[in-house]
Amino acid sequence: MGLSLYEKIWARHAIAKGAGERSLLYVDRHLMHDGSFHAFSALEASGRRLRRPDACFATPDHYIPTRNRAAGIAGIADATVRGRVEGLESNARKHGVMLFGFDDPRQGIVHVVGPEQGVTQPGMVLVCGDSHTSTHGAFGAMGFGIGASEVAHVMATQTLWARKAKTLRVTVDGALTKGVSAKDVILAIIAKIGTAGGNGHAIEYAGSAIRSLSMAGRMTVCNMSIEAGARCGMVAPDDTSCEYLSGRAFAPKGTDWDKALAFWRTLPSDADAKFDREATIDGSALVPQVTWGTSPEYGGAVTDVVPDPERESDVVRRESMLRALAYMDLAPGTPLAGLPMQRVFIGSCTNSRIEDLRAAAQVLRGRKVSIPTMIVPGSGLIKQAAESEGLHRVFAEAGAEWLGAACSMCVGTNGDLASAGERVASTSNRNFEGRQGQGVRTHLMSPAMAAAAAVRGAICDVRTMLD
Amino acid sequence: MEPFVRLKAVAAPYELANVDTDRIIPARFLRYARSAEYASYLFRDVRFASDGTPRAEFFLNRPEYAGARILVAAENFGCGSSREGAVWALAESGFRAWIAPSFGEIFHENTFKNGLLPVTLPAERAARIRALLAAKPGAELTIDLSAQTIALPDGSVEVFEIDAFRKECLLNGWDDIDLTLKHEAAIAAYESRQRNETPWLAGSMIQTRNGGRSS
Repeated sequence: MGLSLYEKIWARHAIAKGAGERSLLYVDRHLMHDGSFHAFSALEASGRRLRRPDACFATPDHYIPTRNRAAGIAGIADATVRGRVEGLESNARKHGVMLFGFDDPRQGIVHVVGPEQGVTQPGMVLVCGDSHTSTHGAFGAMGFGIGASEVAHVMATQTLWARKAKTLRVTVDGALTKGVSAKDVILAIIAKIGTAGGNGHAIEYAGSAIRSLSMAGRMTVCNMSIEAGARCGMVAPDDTSCEYLSGRAFAPKGTDWDKALAFWRTLPSDADAKFDREATIDGSALVPQVTWGTSPEYGGAVTDVVPDPERESDVVRRESMLRALAYMDLAPGTPLAGLPMQRVFIGSCTNSRIEDLRAAAQVLRGRKVSIPTMIVPGSGLIKQAAESEGLHRVFAEAGAEWLGAACSMCVGTNGDLASAGERVASTSNRNFEGRQGQGVRTHLMSPAMAAAAAVRGAICDVRTMLD
Repeated sequence: MEPFVRLKAVAAPYELANVDTDRIIPARFLRYARSAEYASYLFRDVRFASDGTPRAEFFLNRPEYAGARILVAAENFGCGSSREGAVWALAESGFRAWIAPSFGEIFHENTFKNGLLPVTLPAERAARIRALLAAKPGAELTIDLSAQTIALPDGSVEVFEIDAFRKECLLNGWDDIDLTLKHEAAIAAYESRQRNETPWLAGSMIQTRNGGRSS
């Protein structure tokens, strides 16, 4: 029987067996950010050293301001927050870790910068103390998020104890129609399989709709695997991924590149590979998606209405829906299109790449936003690229705020938060209670849909605004 | 770490499915190093009103659960973010074990890493325990990790499954970094293979100068 992509990477990296079903997995790349201080403290307290500083890469993102960047780190008003950014930079220097710091134009969201620099490559095991490390699976890597203790374990040993996951293949066939993007694909998948649907599984996304996505789109899909409960989600490497990597700073060069290509070509799942579960989605039937609740699974087509919990037969799910609708202040039967928004956030490791910004600009060009709109690029280099294309002028003329690269209002740890009671049209990944501020109501959607909401001041079907 | 062997304690039932780690500890507290203060962050925004007064309707504010050390939750408890602060907030509040039909995977892993016990039970059995506890607020459960049993207030006993590796670590209070370092030969062998087969993954990234493409 053939092997899946996940099984091939697992077999290569499982270097020892433990008791029970645990294996010791070697970690090729470890990404760090300004939330990594917990683990650095633990490492130092244990008296152990960082085993492979050469395999680590760091950039601050969670605590980085989006405004007033010219003032440097000293411009961060909150001393604790400032200390987190300074702490990452001093830890990186002390331990010999490659750092794109506050002042480096290559700084940005770690899940954007890693791929952008070619740090992320097919066939590797890559971890980071952040659940959205699943993003890197877009390259056919096994990328997964870990907690602070596991980060400290990787620092000291370059390995992790892990249990082999079951495999779930999600096949999306058909051509996506105009106005439908990778974000709509993954929101539809999560709505279908549920936020716990991928628990215990590694997801492989396959099918013609996935193959047709750019690397940015694949990263958007893999990014939200964790919102389906799967620690890791991946797409087989192909010409699109290899072309993306070619020439990037940390990608292999010269004869190494040829060796790497030969290795990467061996990685896609064999034709006779067996998956523990399969799910399928008709990509050609998808319409733009938007969430109405406080779990990413609580979403549907923009053409739908808020569902009625009383029609849900499962008691626990009904209670959860009732609670979500109370928090979101929504009544069953309310059409999603037309729901007034008070704020828009375009950014995050899910949707802050140049393709995302272009999609937003396509909607905003020649129009005005009617509610406060933040546009936060995923890295300094994306910011530069957007400005060289003139996107910043499109955003400025529309009245949107064009900011510096950071996690920003996806998680709000840098202070970018909305106000209680506000509805935010957001391109981020989580609509949990309080995620974007206490009492804030988050509606997840694609960059084009968020831009449309910015113009109309309400959720609207972006397809009505595209030529 | 303190070994986890047997725990007899008040158990609090929490009926909500998909309790995410943002709910367990809001992100604004993650900037602080772990300390006893983490107890005050637990469920902060649902446990307290914005003026700091406890919300009477929140389950942990019931006086019967003041000394609770076990939490019995619904499906997918601890989903979402990888923040280990969620485990620390529970641990600093005195909790040492949580029982649910399923857990967010990273939260589940983080629990073990702190020497604490996550027990996975089939949904109907976890629901039965929650119902028993709700009917008798302040009732105790007795978890025996060696025997893999939970004694319930009605005199019945639930048996649970646990990975042998995890059980051994918990019973002994082992820090698994020490265990891992016993595999030094295997780690070194992989690193040697990496240098030979994928040499571009073995060199220092700091040596690499920017000059590549962007975005």
